[in-house]
Amino acid sequence: MENILSIEGLSKSFTLHNLGKHIHAIRDINLYLREGEFVGITGKSGSGKSTVLKCIYRTYCSQEGSIWYNSIRFGKINLSEVSEREMISLRKHEIGYVSQFLDVMPRTTARELVAQSIMEMGTDAQTADLQTENILQHFELDRELWDSYPTTFSGGEKLRLNIARAMVKRPRLLLLDEPTASLDHASKLKVKELLEQLIKGGTTMLGIFHDLEFMQDLCDREYSIENGNFTITH
Amino acid sequence: MNEFDSPILSVRHLNKQFGNGCESCRTQNPEQMLKNYCPVCGTVYACKDVSFDVYPGEVLGIVGESGSGKSTLMKCLYFDQEVTSGVAYIHTYKDGKKNLFEESGQYKRYIRNHLMGKVYQNPILGLKMDFSSIGNIAEKLISAGERHVGTMEARGIELLDHVCIPIHRSKEAPKNFSGGMQQRVQIAKALSNKPPLLLLDEVTTGLDLSVQASVLDLIKNLQRELEISIVLVSHDLGVIRMLADRTLVMLEGRVIEQGLTDQILEDPQHQYTQQLVHSLL
Ligand SMILES: Nc1ncnc2c1ncn2[C@@H]1O[C@H](COP(=O)(O)OP(=O)(O)OP(=O)(O)O)[C@@H](O)[C@H]1O
Ligand SMILES: Nc1ncnc2c1ncn2[C@@H]1O[C@H](COP(=O)(O)OP(=O)(O)O)[C@@H](O)[C@H]1O
Ligand SMILES: [Mg+2]
Ligand SMILES: [Mg+2]
Ligand SMILES: [Zn+2]
Repeated sequence: MENILSIEGLSKSFTLHNLGKHIHAIRDINLYLREGEFVGITGKSGSGKSTVLKCIYRTYCSQEGSIWYNSIRFGKINLSEVSEREMISLRKHEIGYVSQFLDVMPRTTARELVAQSIMEMGTDAQTADLQTENILQHFELDRELWDSYPTTFSGGEKLRLNIARAMVKRPRLLLLDEPTASLDHASKLKVKELLEQLIKGGTTMLGIFHDLEFMQDLCDREYSIENGNFTITH
Repeated sequence: MNEFDSPILSVRHLNKQFGNGCESCRTQNPEQMLKNYCPVCGTVYACKDVSFDVYPGEVLGIVGESGSGKSTLMKCLYFDQEVTSGVAYIHTYKDGKKNLFEESGQYKRYIRNHLMGKVYQNPILGLKMDFSSIGNIAEKLISAGERHVGTMEARGIELLDHVCIPIHRSKEAPKNFSGGMQQRVQIAKALSNKPPLLLLDEVTTGLDLSVQASVLDLIKNLQRELEISIVLVSHDLGVIRMLADRTLVMLEGRVIEQGLTDQILEDPQHQYTQQLVHSLL
């Protein structure tokens, strides 16, 4: 099968001018994802896991190497070089990102947050409202919470909302940065169930998990990272 | 850039100086300048070689310290001030082939009245404080060619309602209103000609937090519903994070960095941007 993503020789370092510091976060990373795969990344804290995902999503600018992504809209493109506008379009339509932190707009309700996500793709408000209700229900988010502000939600509720928001777009590629950290067992199970559904739906996923053991039976393959460098586990 | 979208506004090499310059500052030798100020002749170089694009339906943020040239840039774009040099094109205006800055006064007025809206940091610059609120809106509609009183009144009420100014207060003058209400009347006025491009200069500065939030909500909703393009100047990175897709960073009149907003905030490249971001974390 064709690779949806292939990273070749990726390096990223940070120059912190005011501290006179230069930090090598990742060096010469090589990784590939086949369409429909679920691949995990493991490694110690600070080993560079999040940096890899953020380079793919272009929150970080990488310095060396290429990130080849097979896009529906643009064909095979290097994410480290695409224009800002192309990246914005990919984020709207093809590539999703979920972190453990919910980055919310103040004074935006859960319902609005999800609806916005749908409308970004060009769906009209009415259809978006309908889809929003469906997905919130699907994620078993308490109906009472739909019209309240997520800043007040529990960790598990925030996370479910966060995944709902990313999932509702049915991204082709979903990047997950420790979405289960700090969740209780029941919430983790819920997330796991959702991920299983995504896998069935054909979404390709690259995820960092706090306790990979929990996810192991979902993963097709695993990369483990040490000092900014990958070794393939299985 | 490939064909999948093209900008609505393109600005290239915009320069704006206050003063004529002298032997000492014409070469822009950094050793002879105090930031963007020439101590010999007193010339201020407020915008230096500024280039950027604004795309349909996007919010472009501009951040930078006080005096970095943000307001001057916005004033130049709205023809409040004349540029020293540079070009700007609006792609729906004369096929994007005419440099806006070289158009006659008459055409500049046309562009202002039909293609742009602007909200000033200081409401006194954007509103007639003694006119009724609805009169302020009618004024903009008249300059955009509207003549029918009934239509103007209906549109005025609709717009004021949109920015949450109740009908029964529409005949009141902005001088009676709070700062937040004045900003909302300005926004209603700026939107009245349905401009594809909205210029917002520090719209939330000086407002208390809850009013800020309601003005930001309003901008966010307008942008989504009307799909207009917005250039948003703010020194508040929280506002930029919330609203802007892409962001320019200005320092001493120059654009020193630009990128996706989350990239500017999480992986700033320039020393100044790092300082700006980290001082706020
Ligand atoms: N009419 C003018 N005459 C002379 N100098 C001016 C004039 N208008 C602006 N300047 C100078 O141009 C520079 C840029 O000013 P500008 O108002 O664009 O800054 P700004 O980035 O908007 O700052 P702030 O964040 O404080 O609003 C400053 O040095 C200012 O003193
Ligand atoms: N935005 C940043 N600025 C500076 N250094 C960073 C930044 N992001 C990550 N780093 C550094 O890069 C290294 C890898 O971090 P990260 O990818 O977050 O690790 P992990 O996710 O594996 O815990 C660390 O040394 C971290 O301090
Ligand atoms: Mg991490
Ligand atoms: Mg200003
Ligand atoms: Zn001089």
